[in-house]
Amino acid sequence: MKQVLHLRVNGQAHELYVEPHKTLLEVLRDELDLTGTKHGCDLGECGACTVLVDGTPILACLALPIELQGREITTVEGLAHGAELHPLQRAFAELNAAQCGYCTAGMMLSAKALLDRETNPTREKIRDALAGNLCRCTGYEKILEAVEVAGREIKK
Amino acid sequence: MLHLPPFEYFAPCSIADAVNLFAQYGDDAIFVAGGTDLYPNMKRRQFTPKVLIGLNGIDGWRGISNGNGVTIRAGTTLNRLSDHPTIRQNYPALATAANLVSTPQLRAMGTLGGNLCLDTRCNYYNQEFSWRQALGFCMKKDGEICMVAPGSPRCWAVSSTDCAPVVIALDGRVRLVGPRGERVIAAGDLYRDDGIAYLGKTRDELLTEILLPPPDGTKSIYLKLRRRDSFDFPILGVAAALRFASNGEIENARIVLGGVGSRPLECVESARLLMGQKLSRELIDAAADAAWKPARPLDNTDSTHSYRKKMTRVYVARALEALSEK
Amino acid sequence: MSNVIGTPLAKIDSWDKVIGAAKYADDMNLPRMLHARILRSTMPHARIKSIDTLDAEELPGVVAVITGRDVPIEYGILPSSQDEQALCVDKVRFVGDAVAAVAALDVETAERALQLIHVEYEPLTPVVTMNEALDETRDAIHSGEHADHHNIHKMVALEFGDLDAGFAEADYILEENYFYQGNTHLALENHSALASFSPDGHLTLWSSTQTPHYVHRALAKTLELPASRIRVVAAAIGGGFGGKTDPFSHEIVACKLTMLTGRPVKITLTRQEVFYCHRGRHPVLMWVKMGVRNDGEPTALHFRTMLDGGAYGSYGVASTYYTGALQTVTYKIPAYKFEGMRVFTNKPPCGPKRGHGTPQPRFALEIHLDKIARHLGLDPAEYRKQFIVDDKTKTVNHLTITTCGLRECIDRVVEASGYGSEKRETRNESQESKIENQKSKIKIGFGLACGSYLSGAGLPIYWNQMPHSGVIVKVDRGGGVAVFCGSTDIGQGSTSLLAYIAAEEFGIDVRDVRVITADTDLTPVDLGSYSSRVTVMTGNACIQAVRPLKQKILDAAAEKLLVPAESLSFRDGEIICEDDDARRLKWTDAVVLTEAKHGTLSGTGSYKPPKRAGPYKGSGVGVSPSYSYAACVAQVSVDIETGQVRVEKIWLAHDGGRALNPLLVEGQVEGSVYMGVGEALMEEMTYRGGLHKAPSLLDYKSLTMNDMPRVETFLVETNDPEGPFGAKEAGQGPLLPVPPAIANAIYDAIGVRIDETPITPDKILKALEEKEKGRTARFGPKNFPNAPYPEPLHVEPPEDAPRLERKKG
Repeated sequence: MKQVLHLRVNGQAHELYVEPHKTLLEVLRDELDLTGTKHGCDLGECGACTVLVDGTPILACLALPIELQGREITTVEGLAHGAELHPLQRAFAELNAAQCGYCTAGMMLSAKALLDRETNPTREKIRDALAGNLCRCTGYEKILEAVEVAGREIKK
Repeated sequence: MLHLPPFEYFAPCSIADAVNLFAQYGDDAIFVAGGTDLYPNMKRRQFTPKVLIGLNGIDGWRGISNGNGVTIRAGTTLNRLSDHPTIRQNYPALATAANLVSTPQLRAMGTLGGNLCLDTRCNYYNQEFSWRQALGFCMKKDGEICMVAPGSPRCWAVSSTDCAPVVIALDGRVRLVGPRGERVIAAGDLYRDDGIAYLGKTRDELLTEILLPPPDGTKSIYLKLRRRDSFDFPILGVAAALRFASNGEIENARIVLGGVGSRPLECVESARLLMGQKLSRELIDAAADAAWKPARPLDNTDSTHSYRKKMTRVYVARALEALSEK
Repeated sequence: MSNVIGTPLAKIDSWDKVIGAAKYADDMNLPRMLHARILRSTMPHARIKSIDTLDAEELPGVVAVITGRDVPIEYGILPSSQDEQALCVDKVRFVGDAVAAVAALDVETAERALQLIHVEYEPLTPVVTMNEALDETRDAIHSGEHADHHNIHKMVALEFGDLDAGFAEADYILEENYFYQGNTHLALENHSALASFSPDGHLTLWSSTQTPHYVHRALAKTLELPASRIRVVAAAIGGGFGGKTDPFSHEIVACKLTMLTGRPVKITLTRQEVFYCHRGRHPVLMWVKMGVRNDGEPTALHFRTMLDGGAYGSYGVASTYYTGALQTVTYKIPAYKFEGMRVFTNKPPCGPKRGHGTPQPRFALEIHLDKIARHLGLDPAEYRKQFIVDDKTKTVNHLTITTCGLRECIDRVVEASGYGSEKRETRNESQESKIENQKSKIKIGFGLACGSYLSGAGLPIYWNQMPHSGVIVKVDRGGGVAVFCGSTDIGQGSTSLLAYIAAEEFGIDVRDVRVITADTDLTPVDLGSYSSRVTVMTGNACIQAVRPLKQKILDAAAEKLLVPAESLSFRDGEIICEDDDARRLKWTDAVVLTEAKHGTLSGTGSYKPPKRAGPYKGSGVGVSPSYSYAACVAQVSVDIETGQVRVEKIWLAHDGGRALNPLLVEGQVEGSVYMGVGEALMEEMTYRGGLHKAPSLLDYKSLTMNDMPRVETFLVETNDPEGPFGAKEAGQGPLLPVPPAIANAIYDAIGVRIDETPITPDKILKALEEKEKGRTARFGPKNFPNAPYPEPLHVEPPEDAPRLERKKG
């Protein structure tokens, strides 16, 4: 049975009417048309659907929106400030860290949570922070570089 | 996309309310905290509860408090646990184990209570409905026989929790709250050697707290065998806790294996060999050998069972070696 | 000229990807859209006795249910393998074969409806292994027309030069069996298709496909619609690697359902279904016999392969030839015999995955060479360098080498890694132990291997005289340039490449170029993103489309500036007289002048590879305009107690010709290394009976960021005459040397040979046990099945191929 749901996504409040078994991933994509959040497995095994809840990366495919009312949800569509891209977005584009682009949203959101804590992380720390996001295209090398570059940019 | 089956959702504010709700819905209900274990299983139709009792809204569901030892609320997420200074300082094996569970995202969602109650795993079981249909279903869900040991009367699904072996090795206890009141049991008693009825608690009992005794000089370590350095469940976990007397003799020893049986496997014989002795190459080898013997992995996880059994000896020896160095 | 080519630039479609705006097929929705799901076989091999769809049809919310009888026409990617049906009619051939489909108002209803379809099967004995496929007492999976013999799909035997003479000349002959396990693409995006049928009879399909042109053909055939009324559009594609190059059941089904219901229909596969679609790397069993002289010079090579094809043909005929085609393009081989065989089994069909049919034999060959070098006491790197093919020569099997930078590739990785020098040492993983030190447990080793891959197949899948790639360029009077091409960008950057080339040629900013791709209504045909063909073929077509236009613009500008057209060039948004740079025209002004003079400004270009196929049947596979080369050194550490291997570092040098955008070439190299390391160590398709053991992202092991070694990439830029601006391929070749380099490094570390993939810890321990017992320190296949390979076709090598010099007798 559908229920009223209040969600804050990318700084915007939404009143929705959905069934409680719909995951955050389904609600983002199907109800809010925020299709930047991708699905690779639906079982918590790839990280493609990573979003931030109060700044912490979680998996939208395993989260119930009903439990996230009153929390701040950030998706890839909420990374930029208006027309100004987040340094991660710029670095991912400029350094070819996004090949097919399917892991990119999740990857950047995991990275954002890290860079919000520290702007100059070691490679080890970047690896640990992004170890829950699979990529099949890049071999991760350019992603590591992009996170470092974005960190330096943020520090400025 | 895979979908959760429809359910009614309740968010009780207190443990008492949660337990009452469960009493009301009984077989139709399941408790859920982080959901990282339950939801994939629901999407694959291992579980189709009519009612979900979400625990995350319970007052005091999370948190770690010091006292005589430490009390960890069951809803404490695994990342909080592994980052907590007291845990890192006094119970490093637990911090390690929690930090080795799956991925950062899962650790931010998953809880210690959830990890301790993790459904047993088996690669004949953790599959989508249509796959299990093609297989003919196993006894753990919808079928009659155990696919990994077809002649067996029981289910051999594997205890795959990283934290349970550690909590048991650290002499932990758990608090259970149910309709008949609450009880505190040794962590080891939370488990049964059966892939289906793997928990030593009734379904209506809620695991609310994990109690660890003061470390009292106990050194602990957790080693995990898995294919990749992320995502993967343990196909062998070794938790070891040793307390040394000032003369170097071992006063207390516990070694617990995960991932090689339907419950965490305590290596009683290894501990017996270690007690009152000083660590030496020979002693370590003897203790590792004693741990290797009872480990009985079957061919229902990643890698081969013979390799996992072989590694039991190596990992136990390495755990003891590492503790001797600390 | 401008400064675009050779510059590390962002891809033009990266921006949409980083803001989440790129539309992948499953991100698209249309008004009144229905959601469809496919019922898949739960039997590996069975006859369909009956299908009852009544209960499903009656479920509220269900709009249509179809079965094989609604779409019975056979199709397949190769004209010679039209052996698939969108939904099986009489028989299912693997667990996951499509049987029926439901369109409903929402996905959950469609899923529920699948449970209400009752299929009665008559089980047949499944054929699961290659040995079972050779057993003629088992049921045939396909009828005779689709197989060479019973469950043998394809047999081939070719002999080039005098093999017996070659072996007679050899001082040392080594024979060994190898096995390369099957694995899958695992693109992060699950396949998805959205179809829409308009009342005037036009069908549109948006799909995650690498080959819209071939999907176009398959739809016309199976739906019996004129191709002129079908439009296929490749949406943004979330990774391909060859996994989206076949026409798929779900694409045809989505189209059929939209035609029946008059409503748009979307099907998105689950991860498990993608494992069932597969078309990934063939498991290949190999037997190699190589003869060499005492200095290592190859005198003869005999290579036998057996491919486990799974249930359908797919690209399998080509895959079979590919397991034999490219052994000759790296080292001079004067006599070569190849025998290949592909068998049908009741498992998901194999097909093309990055490197298509060549990583398997390359794995065997490069390990084989390492063994030979060590037997002869030669440095494996120096040894290889002595016999590398020369530029502008032919191989014994009639392949044309234009440029080969392999020698430099080897030098670069050897120098950077210190390969061959005495830098290896045992390392202590844990700290000093009070009990007993662990020093001896971790062993370090270095291994080297090489590889080569084609820059596009020299022949199209459907043999015809038409271009492989077409480009239309339109110049707007505002100065904007639009490039139209049928190519599909799967993340590698092929769309951007067209923009770079147009910008370079016109001397304008890349941002002034728009590229419209992969839309059969709007863009001229490009055959698709497979066989590493896109850069060379679309690039050349683009240059051809641009150049006459440039001439028109130059002529118009020359008239205006009163200088000869030859003195003008395109630079930084202007047309400038090289003799007098005061005489210049803005690009936009020049365009206006030209349009006023000539009318609408557009140009077309077409590319067809040079005709180079040899004079024998089967010579079409392997020919290419050019070949890329790669050399790899891997550093591994092996724990001899646990058998665990850690790839510490990979050095990879790639000759991809001129790097049109080094950033993108590096991306292809790093991605290839990633995939190669994964295939070497953990990726594998495993089955219990006919059932896939691990169809999930958790159980199918792919490297995480924590498992990925550091990669040092070197681009060796030969200037290839066939490529646009000298470019060759980069998307697949760099994968090839990685798995054998790792296997060779493991041997270097611990002295055991692992002659099969994946190289797992338990196999290492088993090989170490063999070594300890004084037996052959090896893990791998011990024998090769007795199979009816045909008599070989004898082919005379071309004039300029390596010749066997007779020194003996």
